[in-house]
Amino acid sequence: MDWHILQELFTDYTLRTVALGAATLGIISGTLGCYAVLRRQALLGDAMSHAALPGIALAFLLTGSKTPLILLLGAALAGWTATLVMMSIVRMTRIKEDTALGFVLAVFFGFGMVLLTFIQKLPNAAQAGLDSFLFGQAATLVERDVITMAGLGAVALALMLLFWKEFKLLSFDPEFGASQGFPIRLLDILLTSLVVIAIVVGLQTVGVVLMSAMIVAPAAAARQWTNRLGLMVALAGAFGGLAGIAGALISAMGRGLSTGPVIVLFISAIVLFSMLFAPNRGIVWNWLRRQRNRRRLKLEAVLGDLYALSQQHESLKHGHSIEVLRVMDARRGGVQRSLETLETRGWAQRVGVDAWTLTPEGKHRAEQAAVGRYG
Amino acid sequence: MLAPQLEIQLIASVIAAACALPGVFLVLRRMAMMSDAISHTVLLGIVIGFFLTRDLGSPLLFIGAALTGVLTVSLVELINRTRLVKEDAAIGLVFPVLFSIAVILISRYAGNVHLDVDAVLVGELAFAPFDRFVVFGYDIAPRALVIGVIILLLNLMFITLFYKELKLATFDVGLAASLGFAPAAIHYGLMFVVSVTAVGAFDAVGSILVVALMIAPPAAAYLLTNRLSHMIALSVGIGVISAVGGYWIAHWIDASIAGSMATMTGICFGVVFLFAPERGLVALARRHNRQRWDFAQQMLATHLLHHEGTPVADAESRIEHLTRHMRWAPAFAAQVVRRAISRGLIYQQGDMLALTEYGRRFASEAILR
Amino acid sequence: MYSDRSIEVTDLTVAYRDKPVLWDIDLNVPSGLLMAIVGPNGAGKTTLIKAMLGLVRAAAGQTLIYGKPYAEQRRLVGYVPQRGSVDWDFPSSVLDVVMMGRYGALGWIRRPGRRERELAFAALDKVKMRDFADRQISQLSGGQQQRVFLARALVQDAQIYFMDEPFQGVDATTERAIVTLLQELRAAGKTVIVVHHDLQTVPEYFDWVTLLNVRKIASGPVNDVFTEENLRLAYGGRVSFLSRANGSAPETLAS
Repeated sequence: MDWHILQELFTDYTLRTVALGAATLGIISGTLGCYAVLRRQALLGDAMSHAALPGIALAFLLTGSKTPLILLLGAALAGWTATLVMMSIVRMTRIKEDTALGFVLAVFFGFGMVLLTFIQKLPNAAQAGLDSFLFGQAATLVERDVITMAGLGAVALALMLLFWKEFKLLSFDPEFGASQGFPIRLLDILLTSLVVIAIVVGLQTVGVVLMSAMIVAPAAAARQWTNRLGLMVALAGAFGGLAGIAGALISAMGRGLSTGPVIVLFISAIVLFSMLFAPNRGIVWNWLRRQRNRRRLKLEAVLGDLYALSQQHESLKHGHSIEVLRVMDARRGGVQRSLETLETRGWAQRVGVDAWTLTPEGKHRAEQAAVGRYG
Repeated sequence: MLAPQLEIQLIASVIAAACALPGVFLVLRRMAMMSDAISHTVLLGIVIGFFLTRDLGSPLLFIGAALTGVLTVSLVELINRTRLVKEDAAIGLVFPVLFSIAVILISRYAGNVHLDVDAVLVGELAFAPFDRFVVFGYDIAPRALVIGVIILLLNLMFITLFYKELKLATFDVGLAASLGFAPAAIHYGLMFVVSVTAVGAFDAVGSILVVALMIAPPAAAYLLTNRLSHMIALSVGIGVISAVGGYWIAHWIDASIAGSMATMTGICFGVVFLFAPERGLVALARRHNRQRWDFAQQMLATHLLHHEGTPVADAESRIEHLTRHMRWAPAFAAQVVRRAISRGLIYQQGDMLALTEYGRRFASEAILR
Repeated sequence: MYSDRSIEVTDLTVAYRDKPVLWDIDLNVPSGLLMAIVGPNGAGKTTLIKAMLGLVRAAAGQTLIYGKPYAEQRRLVGYVPQRGSVDWDFPSSVLDVVMMGRYGALGWIRRPGRRERELAFAALDKVKMRDFADRQISQLSGGQQQRVFLARALVQDAQIYFMDEPFQGVDATTERAIVTLLQELRAAGKTVIVVHHDLQTVPEYFDWVTLLNVRKIASGPVNDVFTEENLRLAYGGRVSFLSRANGSAPETLAS
């Protein structure tokens, strides 16, 4: 491993450009991806990014220009057309959404491939680099690309902030929004367009195949950490940006580590970590909470059992065999540990080899618990 | 040996048919996007299988790839079960990871081998005839054709053997389970078949055409028939037509064969979408138009019947009432009245409308319906 | 000046793909009362509300709110959609959702501020949910979710409320809370239109009832309209359970 890479980030022009570009794309797709995920359009992102390919090719064929803005415009138009085709198929036939999505994805992409092979035969060599949109070639990013990405992204994010309240309403309860007089269809079109922008901005870096991950993953990770839309959007942007920079650096360190896949693996690792360890929602967190609850319940049960036994003997001096307690617990295990915990809390004490009894404090607690449960 | 041209078309047709068979069930079971995921992730299985065997022709690659397909499905279901993300997001999370791993493995460790990432997406159908399947020195057929036929036969076998179970598990999961048909087994069986098909088709036509061939022909067939058996047959037919048609387009304009075939599946679907006899857009629009007038006349007749003999009948039966209260455009209202009169439903007295006897019967029937 | 009629529906017809869902509905609802819309499944109850609110397109007819089309009177209308119509795992707090009721009044771009928070808290008080203001909405029970939706409508500060199945699947506490709330609204002179499923409670909770089954069967004061004959017209033969019912209002059913 070559840790000079961090230093190069500030000195190496190419690396800096790539890292900046990847970070920009991560922030934009992370932020706007939240809406796609919350509105159950995660796979629409996949279809849109694949569908962008013919748009890029057509834009080049028609204009002969490789200006990023023109190519991205073509991509956005194609992405939009694909969305419209998908929606009309769903609305006008009995074909379901998943089929319509897969159809649009494959057919548009196939058409894009036809156009690409077409372009490759053109005499001028200017077509080179167009196929970097397939898998993304971050190394081909130049300053001009990054500026275009950042400009488009800034516009998209500004619009998102401007219509924050409206988009929130649209995502949560569009009918209620419509009843209040908001033009929901228009807002829907606007928000979908912003998601399209987020997608096309990332195509050159990550490629059409993996772009959907940049829409879905940061949002999915962020959702685990917070229950607030604002925080979720901010976190998703941060995760996306982090993955972008990290991906650019890691891929610069080793041969054969293409930037797109590395970014995707990095953000996916964040998703995995979030799903496991995020407070409240995380799997491990919940498992620990369940364990803690189970121990607490067991503790209360053993305390109650000891109390019941002490009631029969009217004296706290009398020790009760742990075997009896185990039988009362129906042999579910963990009685010994509960007794030890009770002992450290000073609620029970050992009066023989395996005989236990309540302390006065423990008796008091047991009575309180009984009142709490039945009173 | 057949001419390479013919062989390419044969390979493409066989693969199209093989893809359409499980595709029908994917479309009906609302799992179409799973084909997208699987067709990408099988690459990982191929790569790992290749590292183990160092032989691209090894059948182990096949098994490895099919297992990755099943792994994809299991991972998606595992994530779904946590309920931490929505169902659609789960697919979008899983397949990019597996695909990314595969891409990195290839570019890092298999640099010079015949595993080219671009080819993964679009295949190399044009070269397929030159990779021959040779037994004891006899040249039997192109390898891709042999593989395609084997997969087609496997798929046919799967669908014929488990036709009843597949049908039931597709249309009524609950009933299938209660009859002891183990929907989960059918589900994973189908996913295994999809994976094997994806792997087999993959080398020749690439992952995207696999998706196109699995989804578009069944989708088109779904608009043409209501019967499962017909839908399967139609899907195969449309798939083969797309394959052959796609080949010739590619031939004429000298472009990517797989891309042209995918485009052709889209065109076939588009034609069906527009012109399907009952569910096509044109048929729908026609019916819609006819029903619009029928419906408007029914509305007018029931409206008149509704208010017949009530104190407000006079006000409610004026022509101008139609435009003011029913919010009909004047021209539309006039047209409806004209049609209703010529049909003998109503007659006009001054600017008042009244039901004929026939119109009264017509209106009460419309209400009862 | 307002007319005494809060809602006036004339010749309202709605069709989904040429299949009539609502057929030539005329409806006059006097202001200041609680009206139930009842009818069998598929009778078009929800569609009627949505058509009155302009959420589904009518093939014919119109709805007037205090004498003017809905689009001009939006500020006078509050809406409580069905609880199941939204994703309760949406990252939002109870307070957030309630404040959404002010979005319409705020208009474009302006953000909710302190005033909106205060209104939202007041509404949460009315449905006894203030302690839950910071809760994530997925952590609420069905009844609590329903009360949040009611609070969101309350902050709209409307004259007429449309509620779609507010009693659907709620606990007894919430049901009582909703009934109390409805009565308070009536006392304040508001009109409330409720899509309702439970025939038993109609006479107890409501003043006015509309029986619907694609067509309007009857509409008027509960005592006049909620008769066995009308119910049979609306429900077909499926109403027999009513005569066997414990008779929370036998007098209205004995026609």
